Amino acid sequence: MGYLFSADAFNSLLAELKTRYKIFAPKIYRGKGRTAGTDLVAYGEAGELAEIAFDRKTAFSPKEIIFPVNQTMFYFTKEEFQENLPPKEDKDMIIFLRACDINGIERMDAILLQNGPYRDVYYEKLRGKARFFLIACDQSWESCFCVSTGSNRTENYSVYVREENGQVFCLVKDRDFEEIFSKYGRPADVEPRFIEENKIRVRLPEEIDQRVFGHKLWEEYAARCSACGRCTVCCPTCTCFTIQDIFYRDNPDCGERRRVWASCLIDGFTDMAAGVSFRAGYGERLRFRAMHKAADFKKRFGLFMCVGCGRCDDACPEYISFSKCLNRLSEIMGEVGQR
Amino acid sequence: MNANPYLPVKVKVLEVGKQTENVATLKIESQGLNPAPGQFVEVSIPKVGECPVSISDFGSDFLELTVRKVGRVTGALNALRAGDSLFVRGPYGNGFPLENFDRRHVVMVLGGIGLAPVKGIINRYYLNGGVNRLDLLVGFRTPQEIIFRAELARWREKFNVVVAVEQDDPGWPGRVGLVSDLVKEISVEREAAAVVVGPPLMIKAAAEELSGRGVAKENIWVSLERRMSCGIGKCGHCRINDRYVCLDGPVFNYRQAEGLVD
Ligand SMILES: Cc1cc2nc3c(=O)[nH]c(=O)nc-3n(C[C@H](O)[C@H](O)[C@H](O)COP(=O)(O)OP(=O)(O)OC[C@H]3O[C@@H](n4cnc5c(N)ncnc54)[C@H](O)[C@@H]3O)c2cc1C
Ligand code: SF4
Ligand code: SF4
Ligand code: FES
Repeated sequence: MGYLFSADAFNSLLAELKTRYKIFAPKIYRGKGRTAGTDLVAYGEAGELAEIAFDRKTAFSPKEIIFPVNQTMFYFTKEEFQENLPPKEDKDMIIFLRACDINGIERMDAILLQNGPYRDVYYEKLRGKARFFLIACDQSWESCFCVSTGSNRTENYSVYVREENGQVFCLVKDRDFEEIFSKYGRPADVEPRFIEENKIRVRLPEEIDQRVFGHKLWEEYAARCSACGRCTVCCPTCTCFTIQDIFYRDNPDCGERRRVWASCLIDGFTDMAAGVSFRAGYGERLRFRAMHKAADFKKRFGLFMCVGCGRCDDACPEYISFSKCLNRLSEIMGEVGQR
Repeated sequence: MNANPYLPVKVKVLEVGKQTENVATLKIESQGLNPAPGQFVEVSIPKVGECPVSISDFGSDFLELTVRKVGRVTGALNALRAGDSLFVRGPYGNGFPLENFDRRHVVMVLGGIGLAPVKGIINRYYLNGGVNRLDLLVGFRTPQEIIFRAELARWREKFNVVVAVEQDDPGWPGRVGLVSDLVKEISVEREAAAVVVGPPLMIKAAAEELSGRGVAKENIWVSLERRMSCGIGKCGHCRINDRYVCLDGPVFNYRQAEGLVD
């Protein structure tokens, strides 16, 4: 069912939802941006319409809500393991997010839930609590290319939400929300709208193979990339992590096992004993990441990994653009294909 | 299946055998872990960490791990004594496709700690037969680093065993050189199969040498080692192209392995 809300009605809805759910949405943090005087747009808990930044793109994806940067897996007391799974009794979560990010979470599901015979229970527990409130994009930003990657659309949401001049249009798909939405909203015809065009168009490489490995493209990138890993931190589809143990300084009998986000761009990712490591060059690392996003993941899971959110382009201090990289790869494959 | 795949089980160390100054073999309770040859487990010492270790042998009620001390966890494992406990989860990975070795001439080229994942298999062939002929070419850096000395000596009764060290040593009566070069000296029978385990460069050199000697690439199996954190296809550390060494390996057919580019 579709509903129309005034700002006040939507705030009442949020207030009631808040009694049962934790609500996460894009928010503006004034003056917290990367450079002086700029704002940071990031995910945080929200309770009112005015807090939700419908018209801004978050620098980071919502992935950390269901896949925290740093997560304690076990506590150690003496020599025993105590599981630290997210508590069942915690509230479910509503996440306001865009089509690209819902597509991103489907890619996280592929690796964390489906790859191999085991499911990552830590992710599964938080993921199971998440309900998606799809934010309609009324504009595409400079770096977006979701239309090219096909991640401009999704059917995977509980509620579609479009804000327009202080009013909110919603389409409820998930029956669990029907009653509460009908309580505060007026029935209305609401058709989901998706972005149909981005400024940037990317020709996805149809097939891409190791013939691109020796190309000078990677040397160009090697000269620019500083291996800071920002492009992977902000990416809605990057999920790599490292597990590490710590003990408490004031009580060495106790400690914990944690996992923290890791990145294939950052030193140490492949280090082994006796000084053996792989992809020492930054160009090789960018090639590894690009091949994953554009080919390797698809081979394994049937999905193009990159969802075209453009955040890595926004984040890179060296102005390395992934959409340009994809176009270059298409060109290069075209060239080697003709040979 | 364990609800939390990261939760290990506690096991007791039954026996410790010192192989060298830096390598120990731990016989531990198996606690129902039921491995196949070539698989590995994630081994934990709480507050120190966790790391992947091959199962060097197993029986119905024990597992054997052979660990070289290179850092924190492997150091702590080397300090364990009988009666101590440690934690394991697994077994993980695919293991060796033993059916491909039945009644064949098998050549194994092994470097250092790379002997560990196949030690149990060789012992089984020694005790029960199963292969037509076995050539064991084993390399170590120095004579002091030779592991499974007693086993190597015993295997000589039935198999051709050649041990080479990279750095010559005054008292060393044996071969000096790279283990991959030993491949040049053996005759290879028709339909021969090969197993290669060791550091990345050695694997490449040995597999190419074997292929040059007429062992079909389809008949060469290599066990790869990569940095691992989870062992179960989640953390991403071990990925090469579209393969996960922890899930799809560590054992790969060389036809496939030669196409994997890090
Ligand atoms: C499938 C598999 C099977 C293995 N089987 C055996 C075996 O039977 N016996 C054995 O002795 N070793 C084996 N290893 C190697 C062993 O896992 C590493 O030596 C161990 O992880 C090092 O951990 P650490 O805490 O002692 O070292 P750290 O203190 O973490 O680091 C010391 C050094 O080891 C390197 N290192 C850290 N983690 C790893 C890792 N996961 N793999 C490789 N190097 C690492 C570091 O870069 C550093 O150079 C195996 C590895 C794999 C992937
Ligand atoms: S690779 Fe870049 S554009 Fe693609 S999903 Fe990740 S951050 Fe977004
Ligand atoms: S953000 Fe840019 S500089 Fe940093 S690792 Fe990624 S590509 Fe390299
Ligand atoms: S070790 Fe984590 S994915 Fe293979």
